[in-house]
This record gives sequence, structure tokens and C-alpha cells, in this order.
Amino acid sequence: MYPDELHYTKQHEWVRLSGDVGTIGITDYAQKELGDIVYVDLPRVGTKVEQSKVMGSVESVKAVSDLYSPVSGEVIELNDALATAPEKLNESPHGEGWLVKIRLSSPDELRSLLAAADYEKYVAEEAGH
Amino acid sequence: MVDFGGWDMPLQYSGILEEHRTVRVAVGVFDVSHMGEIEIQGADAAALVDYVTTNAVAKLQQCQVQYSGLLYQHGGFVDDILVHKVANDHYFLCVNASNQEKDYRHIANANKFHASVHLTSDRYTQLAIQGPRALATLQKLTAAGLDAIRYYHFTDASVSGVPARIARTGYTGEDGFEIYFAPEHSERVWNDILNAGQEFGIKPCGLGARNTLRLEAGMALYGHEIHAAITPFEAGLGWMVKLDKGEFIGRAALTRQKEQGITRRLTGFEMNGRGIGRDDYEVFLDGAPAGWVTSGGPSPTLNKNIGMCYLPSDPAQPGHRIQIMIRNQAVDAVTIPMPFYKRAN
Repeated sequence: MYPDELHYTKQHEWVRLSGDVGTIGITDYAQKELGDIVYVDLPRVGTKVEQSKVMGSVESVKAVSDLYSPVSGEVIELNDALATAPEKLNESPHGEGWLVKIRLSSPDELRSLLAAADYEKYVAEEAGH
Repeated sequence: MVDFGGWDMPLQYSGILEEHRTVRVAVGVFDVSHMGEIEIQGADAAALVDYVTTNAVAKLQQCQVQYSGLLYQHGGFVDDILVHKVANDHYFLCVNASNQEKDYRHIANANKFHASVHLTSDRYTQLAIQGPRALATLQKLTAAGLDAIRYYHFTDASVSGVPARIARTGYTGEDGFEIYFAPEHSERVWNDILNAGQEFGIKPCGLGARNTLRLEAGMALYGHEIHAAITPFEAGLGWMVKLDKGEFIGRAALTRQKEQGITRRLTGFEMNGRGIGRDDYEVFLDGAPAGWVTSGGPSPTLNKNIGMCYLPSDPAQPGHRIQIMIRNQAVDAVTIPMPFYKRAN
């Protein structure tokens, strides 16, 4: 369910690292909780983002939720496909539905994120509360 | 992502968009048992209902339903309700879930008549069967001729062998029925409806789809379009106010407002820029704050972002350019007529 190579946050974002670039998305748990996603508001390319700070938002039919950056760095690419097909976030949250790519300024921050097994345990508790 | 907006109720089953579309093209069933029921009985039942509501109870025929307002003396809403005339001495009110205790006290306090007022919500399950195939679905479960029940009328008959009140009412903008029956039969009737509708592709629907459907239909939701500080005239519900019917709570204030004219009015809008104007967002006109969004979201049927908002009376006419403040950014929108969606037939 939750790929081992990803790093997760308790706010339900994930990071996939490749060199010094992190691809960011929201987790399968998040897309299920949100329901049908209809609009994604992302930072512009070149924006400097900080770990745990709001960098955009994801809107489902029912509600709007803030998107927190799991890492600090500079936004270098957006997933343009989401502008016309936001449902990709529901269909493929850990793959095609990625949001932005960030060049990490503090790769050490990844240590503060959760491994797949720990995240899975965390959402199991969330769902059960 | 931390705030999921409270997903504790059955807000959705298979997904809001899918449920919404199913109701528009086929049939959906909603469990709306949270709605409240208040029953008024006795020789003066009609007089009490007439005194606490804005619409003319005298015009109601037996087995007819009327949309009406329960108001404070100052003309603001206590609640919006459906009045069912069961008999000359018996009226059945369907009221909003979160308002039922308040409504009951409001009516009981105004009861200077020979009438009794009872809060009977725990005696009823309410299910809404809505959509173009609602009639065909429900007809399988009752001997009553559903085709003969006109819009905003009801009949008392068995559904799945259970005594029920079957009203041709709804909150979706589609044809459909709302049925009331004893809670101990809930599960069986619910399952029977799902089985009966299977050939039409019936889906159980949650409160999420109920909200997007009523938004497209331009229907008011208590706490959003209407509340204690809003009058029926401001909400575009002047048709439910009969000032000449005789005395009722709120009449003096509404008469005054009618003479002086309203200063704000509910209007529909459509987003032109990217973004969704949601509940409570500020509305700007010529760069200055002018109103607020009462309900807003994507319209699955029209495939655009729509909403309702309060604006000063003049710009509340269709065709005015406005801006909705979305997370500190002014996004272009335009006022448009309501309802946003009207079914063909």
C-alpha cells in the first residue's frame, strides 16, 4: 500500500528522493479522506518553500485542505497535468498524481519523516480513533 | 493535510461526484433520519401553525405540503420547514436536525391556542429516494399509485409492508420522494429500496452529494443562506411570505422591510478565475468588501464552480462582475441567475 522508498509526514504528504530533488505528493490515505479532488493550488516554479509550512492547497468537492511542504527547498517543477485532471490525485496518489518537485536545501530534514511501516501504523491509529 | 472537514457522518459512500451524477441520471437513496419532526394537533392546530409560519396554512389542502419559514419577531429565520397537512386538526412539520429543540420551544412558547405540540423525531426514520428513476424504484415497494401524488403532496401508505408517509418532496432538484416510517424497520426498508433500484443503478448517497445537489438547485441551507439575521425577502424567499394572511410572528418586521426595501439579497455566482469560492469567503465589489459567500463548490452537472452569496441589492442582479477573496487572492466571478440547474420535463 505505502511504497517503501517514500518518506512520509503526519500531515499525509510523501517525498520520493532522486539525487537532491524530492518529488512531493499526498498519500493514499489523504486522497481517500478528502474524496473527489477537483482543484489543486500549487506554488510557482522558483518559490522557496520551508518544511512544515503551507505551500498550497488541495480541494475536494467537499472541502479545502492546506498542503504542507515536507521539506525545505526550491520548487523546480509542477505536475501540469493536474490542472486539467486533478482526479489523478485520487487515481494514483503515489505515482501520476504527484504535485511538485523540490530541490532540497536541507536533505537532513528527511530524517524527521516517517518510514512506510511507521506511517502505515500511524494512519491505522488515526482511522481507528 | 490535517483538516478533513469532519468526515464522521455518512458524507459519502462511493464518492460525492459519482453519487451526485447517479441522482441526476438515475436514482439515489439518502438516509436523512437526522431531520426532525414536530407534530401539532388539536382543534386550533391550523391557527397555531399559521401564527408561527410565514406561508398561508389556509391554502393547504389535506395531504399537501408547504415550504415555509419559522421566524423571530425581528423577521430573521428560526428555521425553514416543510408543513404537511395530515388533517384539519393535525399538521406534521419536517424541520432541520440541529434546530429541532429550538423550533419546538419556539412553537410551544407561541402556543396560546387549543393545540398540542410534540417533538416526535425519534418516531421516524426519513429516507429520500431521488432522481428520474425514483418513482419506478419506490413503486415496486408500494401499492399506492405514486404517479398520482403531485409535487409537494403526500399519501399515507405501506412501503415494504411498513406504514409510511410518502411525500413527493426533495432537496436535490430532481423528482423524488421522502418517506417517513417507524425506525425499527429502517434497515429492511433501506435494503428493499436498494434492491428495488438495482436495475436502475441505484446508489446510497451521503450528505456530501445532498449538498452539491441542493446547491445546483439553488436551495437554501439553514446556517448558510438563512439564519437568525436573514429575512425571507433577503434570501429570495418572498414567495413563502403571505403578509395579508393575518397576524404571524415576524409580520410587523417584514411589513416594514417590504415598505423600506431590502439592502442586501442572495444571488448566484459563477467563478471565472481559477479557484472555488467557499462558504464564508468575502465578496468584493469594485475593490471593496461587499458581501460574503453562503455556499460554494464545484457543480458536477455544469462542470464549473458555482456558489451563492449576499450582496447589496443592485449588484445582486445577474451579470455583475465581482471578486471572491480566496486565501488572500481576489479571484474574478460573475453573478448569475438561480437555480443553476433545472431538470428537463
